[in-house]
Amino acid sequence: MSDTTHSTTDFFDTPVVTSNLPPKEQRTQLLQALLDMDPDISFDDPLENDMILNMGPSHPATHGVLRILLRLDGETIVNAMPELGYLHRGYEKIAENETYHEFITHTDRLDYLQPLHNNVAYILAVEKLLGIEAPVRAQYIRTMLSELARISSHLVGFGVMAMDVGAMTLLLWCFREREKIHDIFDLVVGARFTTSFTRIGGIAQDITDEGLAAISAFLDQFPERLNEGERLLNRNRIFFDRCRNTGVISGEDALAIGLTGPNLRGSGIAMDLRRDNPYMVYDQLDFDVITETEGDSLARYYVRLAEMKESVKIVRQCIDKLPTGAVHAHEPKKVLPRKERIYTRMEELIHDFMIVNFGVNPPEGEVYHAVESAKGQLGFHIVSRGEGHPWRLKIRSPSFCNLQALPQLLKGHLLSDILAVLGSLDPVMGEADK
Amino acid sequence: MNSIVEQVVNGLQEQFGDAVEEVREFRDDVIVVLSRDVVVAAATWLRDNEDVPFPLCEDVFALDAFTRKKRFEVNYHFFSITKKVRIHLKVRVDEEDAVVPSITSVFPGAGWYEREAWDMIGVHFSGHPDLRRAYMPEDYEYHPLRKDFPMMGVPGSIPLPKRG
Repeated sequence: MSDTTHSTTDFFDTPVVTSNLPPKEQRTQLLQALLDMDPDISFDDPLENDMILNMGPSHPATHGVLRILLRLDGETIVNAMPELGYLHRGYEKIAENETYHEFITHTDRLDYLQPLHNNVAYILAVEKLLGIEAPVRAQYIRTMLSELARISSHLVGFGVMAMDVGAMTLLLWCFREREKIHDIFDLVVGARFTTSFTRIGGIAQDITDEGLAAISAFLDQFPERLNEGERLLNRNRIFFDRCRNTGVISGEDALAIGLTGPNLRGSGIAMDLRRDNPYMVYDQLDFDVITETEGDSLARYYVRLAEMKESVKIVRQCIDKLPTGAVHAHEPKKVLPRKERIYTRMEELIHDFMIVNFGVNPPEGEVYHAVESAKGQLGFHIVSRGEGHPWRLKIRSPSFCNLQALPQLLKGHLLSDILAVLGSLDPVMGEADK
Repeated sequence: MNSIVEQVVNGLQEQFGDAVEEVREFRDDVIVVLSRDVVVAAATWLRDNEDVPFPLCEDVFALDAFTRKKRFEVNYHFFSITKKVRIHLKVRVDEEDAVVPSITSVFPGAGWYEREAWDMIGVHFSGHPDLRRAYMPEDYEYHPLRKDFPMMGVPGSIPLPKRG
């Protein structure tokens, strides 16, 4: 590596922050250091110097709004600094000002590749806070649909990663399959994309036989379609060589930096909250936790691929075991009553009025509930002070934490490897930059 | 309380004595309230604990308790992969002295969470190697998740481009 000769502060290697100062002074100092930085990068000899390059936020492969600040030596990455903060919608602040029911629609917009799974994750935290549980049939339907949402999210992760390294066909094939899942959601939920399907103590509506038949029909043809895609990619020399041995991280390092989900399992650590901390009906279902030991981009791709097959297994079991019964808990002061009852009975009308206007009032306390989403551990920490809205709602979003590993994964690789590594991390900026 | 979690809580109490201010349990979530001086030691103890190791720091976040004497609270979530249990630590600090030691030396992954907490609530993490703001501009004066920050934002705090 060549020595740098330009006079700018080396903000990658020696952070300007000296943490003993009080916050105000430190901020001023940090700002001054940023302002003092020399934006002129003309060198005496261009081949003998490091180069600073901005990748994104409007690069097609940076998933919308991610910006990666790179220090390059030739084409080799000396350091990388991912930067969030181009989307900030303040969802945690919004949550503090809305009732528990109102926030369901916002969870759709967090990880917009699997809205239904987010609905489920949020509502489980709220139910834990309230101390109620949805009936078993509702739990089965939730499990089934969140696994379908996982497949649809992995399909995008899978297709986009292939596209990032140049294999366009697979993206189109994946979107074809994803459309079928959206058709199912249209039939079962009533919306293709922003589902908002869950309700406190249950789900919006029961699943019909037609809906179940559509899911079965999808499951019958999906594994073969997946195999086609797999064959296309696994025998693709270019894809294989670009992904193997890039972005390698050991299991220990992955844990230390806070990776979860397929990214952690790609490094050989079998942590899956569906098995380790079971929620809904996962403890009654038979599925494997997929791990790969290499910890490179290819391993993370293999994990996602195999997980889709496991999800198919889970959904099949859910259809077979689906019990009959109600899909709403009998908790009049917490669960929204059915519309037909609101129109015909006084008691339900009053409950509806109270819940819609003042919200459900959980007891004072703090709960944390996390689920294994397609990206990793998605957790909601709710602090309640007994009011109709959360006092504080913290979203533990997996993409935010997974992106943290990017500098570690990229150091020493070539510029063109960024796309494969970033694609294999499968971030969604909607939840990384809440 | 789960027996494994109970064992960990007892261990913390033995190890840190009076620094453990309170143990709270609500809906199976156990929160151990600590004084801030021992938070790095407690995180290290949890990570290196032989019986129940907690190798994963899931989250660090702050909240504005506002009406309480100690205004800010910092919460930590740790998960044990082998024993499959979770434990929460909590540290309370005053508004005038809202500084908590950073645990990045123990869990490097806490780096971004602490940046987010500093950005959103304004709790300072001493010893953090790179405490930039996570979302807001570096020269932004406010911390948006504080309770006294208005929902609609502070007009003029981020200048918009001029028209035409």
